[in-house]
Amino acid sequence: MTAISRPAGGAPPGAAPGEISSPSGIARVFEYRLLGYRRTYRSSIFNSFVGPALFLAAMGVGLGTYVDASATAALGGVSYLAFLAPGLLAATAMQSASFEATFPIMGGLVWNRVYHAMYATPIRPKDIALGNLAWIAFRVLLISCVFVLVTALFGAAASPLIVLAIPAAVLTGMAFAGPIAAFSATQRTVEKFNAVFRFGITPLFLFSGTFFPVESLPTFLQVVAWFTPLYHGVALCRGLALGTAAEEPLLMLAHTAILVAFAAVGAWATVRMFERKLVRG
Amino acid sequence: MPDTPESQDSPLIHARGLTKRYAGFTAVDHVDFDVAQGESFGFLGPNGAGKTTTMRLIGCVSPVTEGTLTVVGLDPERDGSRIRAQLGVVPQRDTLDEELTTRENLVIYGRYFGLPRSEAARRADELLEFAQLSERGDDRVEPLSGGMKRRLTIARSLINDPRLLLLDEPTTGLDPQARHLVWDRLYRLKQRGVTLVLTTHYMDEAEQLCDRLVVMDKAKIVAEGSPRDLIERYSTREVTELRFPEGVQDTLDGQLDGIGERIERLPDRVLVYTEDGDAAAAAVHARGLQPETVLVRRSSLEDVFLRLTGRSLIE
Repeated sequence: MTAISRPAGGAPPGAAPGEISSPSGIARVFEYRLLGYRRTYRSSIFNSFVGPALFLAAMGVGLGTYVDASATAALGGVSYLAFLAPGLLAATAMQSASFEATFPIMGGLVWNRVYHAMYATPIRPKDIALGNLAWIAFRVLLISCVFVLVTALFGAAASPLIVLAIPAAVLTGMAFAGPIAAFSATQRTVEKFNAVFRFGITPLFLFSGTFFPVESLPTFLQVVAWFTPLYHGVALCRGLALGTAAEEPLLMLAHTAILVAFAAVGAWATVRMFERKLVRG
Repeated sequence: MPDTPESQDSPLIHARGLTKRYAGFTAVDHVDFDVAQGESFGFLGPNGAGKTTTMRLIGCVSPVTEGTLTVVGLDPERDGSRIRAQLGVVPQRDTLDEELTTRENLVIYGRYFGLPRSEAARRADELLEFAQLSERGDDRVEPLSGGMKRRLTIARSLINDPRLLLLDEPTTGLDPQARHLVWDRLYRLKQRGVTLVLTTHYMDEAEQLCDRLVVMDKAKIVAEGSPRDLIERYSTREVTELRFPEGVQDTLDGQLDGIGERIERLPDRVLVYTEDGDAAAAAVHARGLQPETVLVRRSSLEDVFLRLTGRSLIE
């Protein structure tokens, strides 16, 4: 009995495939993204290797030589390279997650409309939204692992504790991916994506403690930093990587809680926006 | 069918007073229809008549505002996911992943229905053959022709062995040869007993594929029947099309009266509805009128639509 030769009214070959559970739907969406990724993974992994290597070489080793020669006390007594690496890890997680939460989301909803095609199957809009977020988390995880490997190769890992910064980096990425994916799902063109990166991601990258402690900023900017997820991501990754987290557990918990809140509210909003967009057609 | 609650003779789709309103406008306005198992059912109408919205309601991707709708015996509001598991959908615009190969597009789609990978792959090969795309199985979709992409979309809609196939304008935008290839495939499905529901604004498509159709205009159903029924009910057997030299048509008033049963004036030609087209043409000449061209043809659904709405299907 073939898929297309069933006579009218005849018994189906085995049970007809029915409704599928939400976790299973999410897994299928993830599988779709993985299928697309297989086409580009070599260059993608290469890129996630080269990016941090260049930054660590230029900023960490080059600039770091001067920083280390003058005042390392402000950095907590570690080399500039060791200070920079976890901050850059969090910032890289933010950038990758933000990118993944813009163009690919618009691609599936507006350009080739494959998410509309998914919605014509038992898969629900909620599953499509969460499957994409799960995929972004996986991408950030991969990128973070490569980053930590590069850091170790540079001799910039202050201690093996740096591996603890990997989940913190994924959480940082998701604190951005959630809200940005929700925003992307409301857009019909890429016009506003540039603004997101130019006025959101880039300033955060520069002023959230990645390259220097936020304490060197004017007080009002320090206050602003507290309200942005990257500041908390950098602080958490750095605290874990340098082993200082144990000295201020409550502060670390606060950083984590804030990141979780951003990620959770963002995921909820992404689900709502996908539902709205897909139901509207 | 042991897995479905409805009995064998209850309709696959049942709609009463089906209505869809968006903020400020009504896309579908109290329509009633039933589609039986194994039937080919069409929605014929111009753009904006509400055909696509109706298809989205049946496809359980857009909630019903008012009225009753059951699909495969289930309620879309409660069982959307379960219903969609039994449908095949060919959307108006292709929604393929053009970076993937044709086979990958089919296999991953099977996965969305929960098929095991091996079963999805087996069905994909079968469907590639059905869609006459076997040689292109490992090619990316992007460079394929429009007709090939359309056939791939149809193949994809069959991956779950659907009880009901929804086709929204299956051949719009294809050249005549590609259209005939698609029609041929759809005709085969129909012969195999697959229930087809399609929208179209091509009367020849409706005549070729539909056992029964409804004519939609401005969110409402204005007529229902088989293509032959509708033509018999709303038109004459033949039509004589008269084209006059520029400017002459406007000066004709009254001169054609009494020829044929009914006369319809279009901007570029005059249609004479009659049982005997040649006799009508002779009568026109007998009155000393000299049309540039005279075409006698059989009545079509286009004429039905013109009669019902006063407008052409394709404007």
